[in-house]
Amino acid sequence: MCGIVGLFAKSADIEESLGEHLAAMLSQMSDRGPDSAGVAVYREPAPTGSSKLTLFSADPLYDWDALCTDLAKAFGGAPEASVRASHAVVVVDAEASDAESWVRATHPELRVMSAGRAIEIYKETGRPEEFVRQFALGDFRGTHALGHTRMATESRVTTEGSHPFSTGLDLCLVHNGSLSNHNRLRERLRREGITFQTDNDTEVAAGYLAWRLRAGASLEEALEGCLDDLDGFYTFLVGTVDGFAVLRDSIACKPAVLAETDEWVAMASEWRAIAVLPGAAEAHAWEPAPAVVYAWERAKVA
Amino acid sequence: MATFDTQHPWALRESYLFPRPVIAEIQRAAREGIYDIRGFGAKRRLPHFDDLLFLGASISRYPLEGYRERCDTDVVLGTRFARRPLELAIPVTIAGMSFGALSAPAKEALGRGASEVGTCTTTGDGGMTPEEREHSKLLVYQLLPSRYGMNPDDLRKADAIEVVVGQGAKPGGGGMLLGHKISDRVAEMRDLPKGIDQRSACRHPDWTGPDDLEIKIGELRELTDWDKPVFVKIGATRTYYDVQLAVKAGADAIVLDGMQGGTAATQDVFIEHVGIPTLPAVRLAVDALQELDMHRRVQLIVSGGIRTGADVAKALALGADAVSIGTAALIAMGDNSPELDEEYRKIGSAAGFYDDWQAGRDPAGISTQDDDLAARFDPVVGGRRIANYLRVLTLEAQTLARACGKSHVHNLEPEDLVALTIEAAAMARVPLAGTDWIPGIDGSE
Amino acid sequence: MAVEAVETAVEVVDLAVTPLRDLNGRLHSLAGGASGPRRWRIVNPNGAHAVACGTDAEIEIDIEGHVGYYCAGMNKLATVRVHGNAGPGLAENIVSGTVVVDGNASQSVAATGRGGLVVVHGDASARCGISMKGVDIVVRGSVGHLSAFMAQTGRLVVCGDAGDGLGDSIYEARLYVRGEVAGLGADCVEKELRDEHVTELRELLERAGIDGVEPSAFRRYGSARRLYNFHVDQAGEY
Repeated sequence: MCGIVGLFAKSADIEESLGEHLAAMLSQMSDRGPDSAGVAVYREPAPTGSSKLTLFSADPLYDWDALCTDLAKAFGGAPEASVRASHAVVVVDAEASDAESWVRATHPELRVMSAGRAIEIYKETGRPEEFVRQFALGDFRGTHALGHTRMATESRVTTEGSHPFSTGLDLCLVHNGSLSNHNRLRERLRREGITFQTDNDTEVAAGYLAWRLRAGASLEEALEGCLDDLDGFYTFLVGTVDGFAVLRDSIACKPAVLAETDEWVAMASEWRAIAVLPGAAEAHAWEPAPAVVYAWERAKVA
Repeated sequence: MATFDTQHPWALRESYLFPRPVIAEIQRAAREGIYDIRGFGAKRRLPHFDDLLFLGASISRYPLEGYRERCDTDVVLGTRFARRPLELAIPVTIAGMSFGALSAPAKEALGRGASEVGTCTTTGDGGMTPEEREHSKLLVYQLLPSRYGMNPDDLRKADAIEVVVGQGAKPGGGGMLLGHKISDRVAEMRDLPKGIDQRSACRHPDWTGPDDLEIKIGELRELTDWDKPVFVKIGATRTYYDVQLAVKAGADAIVLDGMQGGTAATQDVFIEHVGIPTLPAVRLAVDALQELDMHRRVQLIVSGGIRTGADVAKALALGADAVSIGTAALIAMGDNSPELDEEYRKIGSAAGFYDDWQAGRDPAGISTQDDDLAARFDPVVGGRRIANYLRVLTLEAQTLARACGKSHVHNLEPEDLVALTIEAAAMARVPLAGTDWIPGIDGSE
Repeated sequence: MAVEAVETAVEVVDLAVTPLRDLNGRLHSLAGGASGPRRWRIVNPNGAHAVACGTDAEIEIDIEGHVGYYCAGMNKLATVRVHGNAGPGLAENIVSGTVVVDGNASQSVAATGRGGLVVVHGDASARCGISMKGVDIVVRGSVGHLSAFMAQTGRLVVCGDAGDGLGDSIYEARLYVRGEVAGLGADCVEKELRDEHVTELRELLERAGIDGVEPSAFRRYGSARRLYNFHVDQAGEY
């Protein structure tokens, strides 16, 4: 059970101050989720032919420079690690899937939090206010971002159990609610080649979306598939490289508020997380209807 | 004429899968087209406290003398946040049972008896009656999904508030009261038309999930100026997670009702096939509390099959702070009494078998709304019976505790117990008698 | 003289500096006719939960900004106005008095409300009036799905549209909707709008301070009463 926030910038001003607004929104949701926090920020897309990985190390003294040296040897170029607390972002001269496989194979001590061109995922146990400070969230500029504060229900409070979950390139999911058929679905997805790191229900939903997208479905089709294939209570917020979508199950008990102005689209579990945004008082605000996909897309990333 | 079973024993071989009761139920379903609704708790045999034994004192441990050497029984519920926690003289409370399910004099008797002995009663899915508040020195007020009769005045008159997420008989189910028990008075209290079959919601109307529950508990505290403890009641299912979530949501105490817990009315299949027994549930709840370092700080009240002081003592030994009785209290007041056998037979049952509490025709006047039947039940006599029974439960628990060398019943611990069966050993996590073996625990054998 | 001055003056409470507990404690101390300020203004609520819950006094409370869950929960006698949006469970279990929201209200408006009046000038979302037990609710905008679910008694007036599952498992509450109804719930049917209903609507709209809305433009919905007692042939409805 949790709090969700999401912000999609429509203006340059909001892109500039994305991190600051996200931090304010996230802090409003700390009571709903005191166990851990996480964000996915879409920013600074890697140039064509290269990709970006966000990596996590449990070792506070991890030698990121040595990793960069290894990466240069494997793929060329001069990658540098941009380190924030326990996470580091590296831009690699290779396609995302290759870079990710290489890290998993050669550096099993690291956890790949995200892979893609624009996405960066940071997540950590502890209170949201602490998270904001640790990761200097206020500094980020970007096009869109999702955030999550977690109160663990049926799985342990761990870093990997926190949201957002990423099971595909530039793809992430945050979830408020509780699924009821995720165990069988996990087995089915494993047979389709999706891998899972936790016993968490949200990770199954993320895997389901990745599987549908991989098979050629659009984001909307994949989300509509959730209505048939996922059982339980959920409010989902999904991020893709140029998009942002919201879906509630057909009973829709878990809260969700959407709001839109000329400058931004925002989503949150409670209005008060949206109220901190500039122009919120004049925003068009509504609660998403059950079983309806709401999606926004920006012009394709160059 | 020779009878079948002497001449042809093989001819009268009963099926395990389809014995006569199952045949009768299948044929009833085929006739009536509706599931069987009944009261009482699970009737089938389940691993329970009977499968555990105490290790009394001998050479390595010394017992306490009865009477002179004190074995205390007091307990305080709700120490975490409330300004005025509940101070009880004995670790046995009366569980939530509604006026509607029970007659007014029956509710009054529960209040009288509990008050005499220094413990509390609990309202049910119908709200607080003036009689119950008047006769119960300590009264816990339930907040159920239906919110029948809920109002801030009664909330403030209560001594504690119990947010009911579920009950052992039907975790995931809602309340049910059939038309013949929706009398004028019940209908008025519940804002329902008289004589309808009451359908209750199974989820709360204004919160879903532990994140919202935390906010709801916050509201209840604000409404009552942080005076009263807020309990959270759950039916035993995924008990480990539920207890941790209830603690995170801010509960002062947790009421845990195992699957054997009774009900006034629900589907037989629900009673018998949903939930886990009280025995493993207690263990899971205590594990969850200990892991959060909240054992004894968020109190645990256990119900579902508490019948004797031995059950009380064993629940406490496993880590409960108190227990709650429902079915046993009704029986103490006269439900299923042999004196009423003829009356039970008139309505298709017999003493010792009667579970049609939903029908409202109880000859004991307890689970009925019929004025004539209810008039048979004397609340003063009933109150005395409850008080007597509660005293016996307490004395029995003290006897066992003294035999184990304890000066307070709370000092009973799991190490005072052994199990008779492998299932009970695994569920309660105590060793099989005569061995060191706890199934599932590495290194024990 | 001094007493009069106190009674007309507005007591201002800033929730950015005053703990919620202090505010609610002070409001509760006015119960039973105790003396104290009759008019209150609460500023910087900033989405706080349980603001002004459990009030039991004939006072007026104006809240400047948006509130979280359970604002004015279990309200008695007071008039509470939210100049902003409200979170879930606004005026839940209200007993009497009036609660008004200028903006939107989230899920479960007036859930299990027993009396009084709740007015939402914007939209109310899902489950508006769930299990209502005598409250009157008037919504200027639209209501979401499963509104009036298991509604027992009381009246719900919706000037806009209603979402799917309206009045599912309804008992004796009366529902009036002017706009589109996405779908009716189990045992909820449209009923004839007669003169007495038009009168009832007019009175409710007037009490809610909503002008320019014609009562005869509404349609009435209520229980078909087929699910009051179980019959095997209706098993499919469950």
